[in-house]
Amino acid sequence: MKLITAIIKPFKLDEVREQLSAIGVQGMTVTEVKGYGRQKGHTEIYRGAEYAVSFLPKVKIEVAVKSEMAEAVIEAITAKAKTGQIGDGKIFVTPLDQVVRIRTGETDSDAL
Amino acid sequence: MRTDLKKFGVRALAAAAAILLSTGAAFAQAAAAAPKIDSGDTAWMITSSALVLLMTIPGLGLFYAGMVRKKNMLATMAQSFGATCIITVLWMVIGYSIAFTPNADANTNQWIGGFGHIFLKQMGLNAINPLAPTIPESVYMFFQMTFAIITPALIAGALADRMKFSAFMWFMSLWLILVYCPIAHWVWGGGWLGTMGAMDYAGGSVVHLNAGTAGLVTCLVLGKRVGYGSENMAPYNVLFSVIGASLLWVGWFGFNAGSAVHADWNAGMAAAATQIATAAAAMGWMVSEWIISRKPSVLGMISGAVAGLVAITPASGFVDPMGALIIGIAAGVVCYVASVWVKRLLGYDDALDTWGVHGVGGALGAILTGAFASSKIQPTYPNGGWLLDGNVHQMVVQFYDVAAVFIYCAVVTFIILKVIDIVIGLRVSRDVEVEGLDINLHGEMVQG
Repeated sequence: MKLITAIIKPFKLDEVREQLSAIGVQGMTVTEVKGYGRQKGHTEIYRGAEYAVSFLPKVKIEVAVKSEMAEAVIEAITAKAKTGQIGDGKIFVTPLDQVVRIRTGETDSDAL
Repeated sequence: MRTDLKKFGVRALAAAAAILLSTGAAFAQAAAAAPKIDSGDTAWMITSSALVLLMTIPGLGLFYAGMVRKKNMLATMAQSFGATCIITVLWMVIGYSIAFTPNADANTNQWIGGFGHIFLKQMGLNAINPLAPTIPESVYMFFQMTFAIITPALIAGALADRMKFSAFMWFMSLWLILVYCPIAHWVWGGGWLGTMGAMDYAGGSVVHLNAGTAGLVTCLVLGKRVGYGSENMAPYNVLFSVIGASLLWVGWFGFNAGSAVHADWNAGMAAAATQIATAAAAMGWMVSEWIISRKPSVLGMISGAVAGLVAITPASGFVDPMGALIIGIAAGVVCYVASVWVKRLLGYDDALDTWGVHGVGGALGAILTGAFASSKIQPTYPNGGWLLDGNVHQMVVQFYDVAAVFIYCAVVTFIILKVIDIVIGLRVSRDVEVEGLDINLHGEMVQG
């Protein structure tokens, strides 16, 4: 099993969610986050006073899937979150040791 | 021109003639009858008073609170609200009496009003102030009270983020009695500046230059905020400021058109001039910023609008629509330069630009009033102004007005601040300032 964590531009969330549902992803966790990468930050100016804002708002998506689905999920996110501009985000894939569904006690693949 | 002295003079003459013509029988009746008031004037002046109160709470409070950092938003609101409350009480106790009632001694009256109306005990149901003979004195007292509230409250923009609330409340109280009340009396209450012919329709010098000067002195005495120039001090929520500035704009019709103290031709022209100048100033600031900084910021637009409201304040009621347009454009550009460039050049920390917008805008408006005043718009000043009536002398009077207010206010404000600093201290500790005023001074925080 894999945990796929993607940081994307906030306005791309809906498209990514629709595409993931279409390929059979059953659920995801979404968090509003701030950070920076190669895009760095931006500058805000208030009455002539300039402030460098180093953390930009992004959305973090977490999806847990069976290992064989990981590639499809990565492709779906890449296809839908891409604008070609700097700041499109990143995808991190990590191995997942165990999954438990709290309601039933099912584990691992049954719980996904 | 809130004094209405000249109109009062005419009415007083008529009343005296009537008394002379009538006989003793009529006299006995008149003693019991209430003086005649104008219901239209009274309705408009109660409305205006409420509109001017709206300018301070929530207008000015939101305008300022939106511009500070999240940790100081409630403390900034508390300043507008606290000022409203303490000044209301002090106006009832002594302020109205020394600002707007005559002193028995004619020479003393040039400098300060009388003490007979302390606690308003002479203000009965049917009382009239000779300065506003067509409305109840209760309404006139309330209208002037709302001006007395917003003027000190404006200073909060300069001292934001770093003053103790206790020191702030003392400062508001002492400044009201020692600075605002005397100056209001000089110009509107029958004192020497008004006698000299200074034109200040609704408070370019009495309110805005006065508050702006006090703001400049206060930010210099307090010193810069911790982290000024190095830390991010971006406004937490400009949207609040937009709502606040818009409420100021709406409420300002009570301020300017209300200063006619009548619902008449002059009030109408003052309202029109106010709307025109405000929009022109917002455009002036916006275009300046668009050219120089490449983007027309929302904070810039609303700052320009407030600058226009300030600059047209002394002029409304004196100028025609063309004068209003020119004053508005000038205010937008000049206040932009003062708030953005001059402040940076000189390095003082006027946090929310009380001096840059109110001080500079008020002085500019006061002087341009002398240039653009028209005897056709304000016949009670038959000599008019410089450009339309050729009365160059009015420019001199306006300069005197500006200089007198600036110097007196700067000196007395400085003394008040030093005394408070010695007795209880003006500024919060560094730790409190860094952690935030809301949680430390008021025990509350803005959530979310």
